Amino acid sequence: MLETKDLTIRFGGHAAVDGVSCAFEKGTLTSIVGPNGAGKTTYFNLISGQLPATSGRVTLNGQDITTLAAPRRTRLGLGRAFQLTNLFPNLSTLENVRLAVQVKSGKGYDLFSRTLTHRELIDRAMAHLSAVSLADRAQAIAATLPHGDQRKLEVAILLALEPDVFMFDEPTAGMSVDEVPTILDIIAAIKQRGDKTILLVEHKMDVVRSLSDRIVVLHQGKLVADGKPAEVINSDIVREAYLGTTAGNG
Amino acid sequence: MLRSILSDDLPRSRWLALALLAILVGLAVAPFLFPGAKSLNVAAKICVFIVLAASFDLLLGYTGIVSFAHTMFFGIGAYGVAISLTRMGAGWDAVAVGTVAGLVVAIVLATVIGLFSLRVRTIFFAMITLAVASAFAILASQLSDLTGGEDGLNYRLPAVLRSSFSFGDTWFGVRLNGRLLDYYLVYGASLVLILILLRIVNSPFGSVLMAIRENPFRAEAIGYRTVVYRTIASCIAAATAALAGALLALWSSQTNPDTTLSFDIMVDILLMVVIGGMGTMYGAVIGAVLLVFAQNYLQDLLAIANKALVGVPLLANLFHPDRWLLWLGVAFILCVYFFPTGIVGRLRQKR
Repeated sequence: MLETKDLTIRFGGHAAVDGVSCAFEKGTLTSIVGPNGAGKTTYFNLISGQLPATSGRVTLNGQDITTLAAPRRTRLGLGRAFQLTNLFPNLSTLENVRLAVQVKSGKGYDLFSRTLTHRELIDRAMAHLSAVSLADRAQAIAATLPHGDQRKLEVAILLALEPDVFMFDEPTAGMSVDEVPTILDIIAAIKQRGDKTILLVEHKMDVVRSLSDRIVVLHQGKLVADGKPAEVINSDIVREAYLGTTAGNG
Repeated sequence: MLRSILSDDLPRSRWLALALLAILVGLAVAPFLFPGAKSLNVAAKICVFIVLAASFDLLLGYTGIVSFAHTMFFGIGAYGVAISLTRMGAGWDAVAVGTVAGLVVAIVLATVIGLFSLRVRTIFFAMITLAVASAFAILASQLSDLTGGEDGLNYRLPAVLRSSFSFGDTWFGVRLNGRLLDYYLVYGASLVLILILLRIVNSPFGSVLMAIRENPFRAEAIGYRTVVYRTIASCIAAATAALAGALLALWSSQTNPDTTLSFDIMVDILLMVVIGGMGTMYGAVIGAVLLVFAQNYLQDLLAIANKALVGVPLLANLFHPDRWLLWLGVAFILCVYFFPTGIVGRLRQKR
């Protein structure tokens, strides 16, 4: 279980994430929605360790991880896919995923064996590539893939980390309509397993409605609504946040 | 078998394979093919600089670390052996002590620099290494009691490496003496060091280094502690450079700031790596061979051209042996312009 308590980060006087307390249970998919600039990605950065919290706590399975560096959090089971595609551009598609598989194997400090002799890592990486239907592009250089395939590779890297908590930051952004189902099927399959915590930042409301067990609304850094999809989407406060009838939005 | 020795990193280009084979065999038979003190000296320098450039490529080409302190580690290795041979006399015990001392100092210094400054951005790290290396070069020339100052140290090599040592008469017209043994010591050690580096860059550890070069932010995000990996890579590069320095000291029986610590050498190895092809060990090999060759024979070549052009007003002057640096510069610019990925990158593309 992942939990944040009064999680806050200030840039100067501005609180980009302001006292957010929220617990994410195993086996549930929680969507985090809110207008642009609401602090969704910043909230993700605080959880996965890309930004240090000003105050508040993050706990993973009861362990306080607030001050741990990002690599340590990943090794503890926190997996993150990024909003802007964030790959190893001049390495092959397969190598991008193999590197993620290698983290868990603990072979990163192996200086004297040949990478190619570790077949099991390569085979597992290939399996993850197949899961996002990229197996036939395994030898392609990541930077040469079309945008949609790069998004899929991003998800394959996340799968390869085999985390307990999956964090998707707009996984379908910029994808063509016919490619979106591949990603949604993968997310649905992870949810099906029932033992993983899934956090999803997404703008497409139909995606959010169909996948989520729960929706959390952020607005100006604050958590303003939390509940079942049907309740939250139709609530006044969400309309207010999205339509901007309160002061200072924009 | 070959795959295992080369750690699966095959040349992947017929011309590259031929060039590497020519270098391997050419250096092996150099004492017999090109007898004479100068050519043997050039061959030994090539061996040493191949190792030095390759160890620098581990940093620059594989890990994306820009360091200007690489000659400092080269100098530490050279001075380690030079000082111990000067102080302890010309024995193998002195060589061993000097080599180990050089290695320890190099690794400790690389660790300290790495842990303190590898967190900062590339350009700041480059500046820090520049400052440390300059300070070290000044220190080496000031501590003249220990290092001999600007003049450096002249010392005697272990008996079996001197030209007075003979282990037979002649073979194919070449005297079988200590210099020949010394050359093959340098050749063998360089070959082993290159193969070790080749293994390291093709190991799981090496794959993480390339990931860090490509995208340090993402390497952190998937769970690699980049500072630790960068520091280990710096230590390996420093240790290898120190060993290359020790080999140079064992070859030349004199060590001074010009031949080991100067900024000129730093620029040379930077050029070797860039011209050969960053991020490929073979590139460092090719680059080192070309540059050492050019430095030693371009003047001779120009002298020939100059003779042929005697009487032609402007050209004769342009091809005067004293203009060799100009031509070296022109060659580099053309090289970088036409082979932005280096010679090896170009050859591998062409498949």
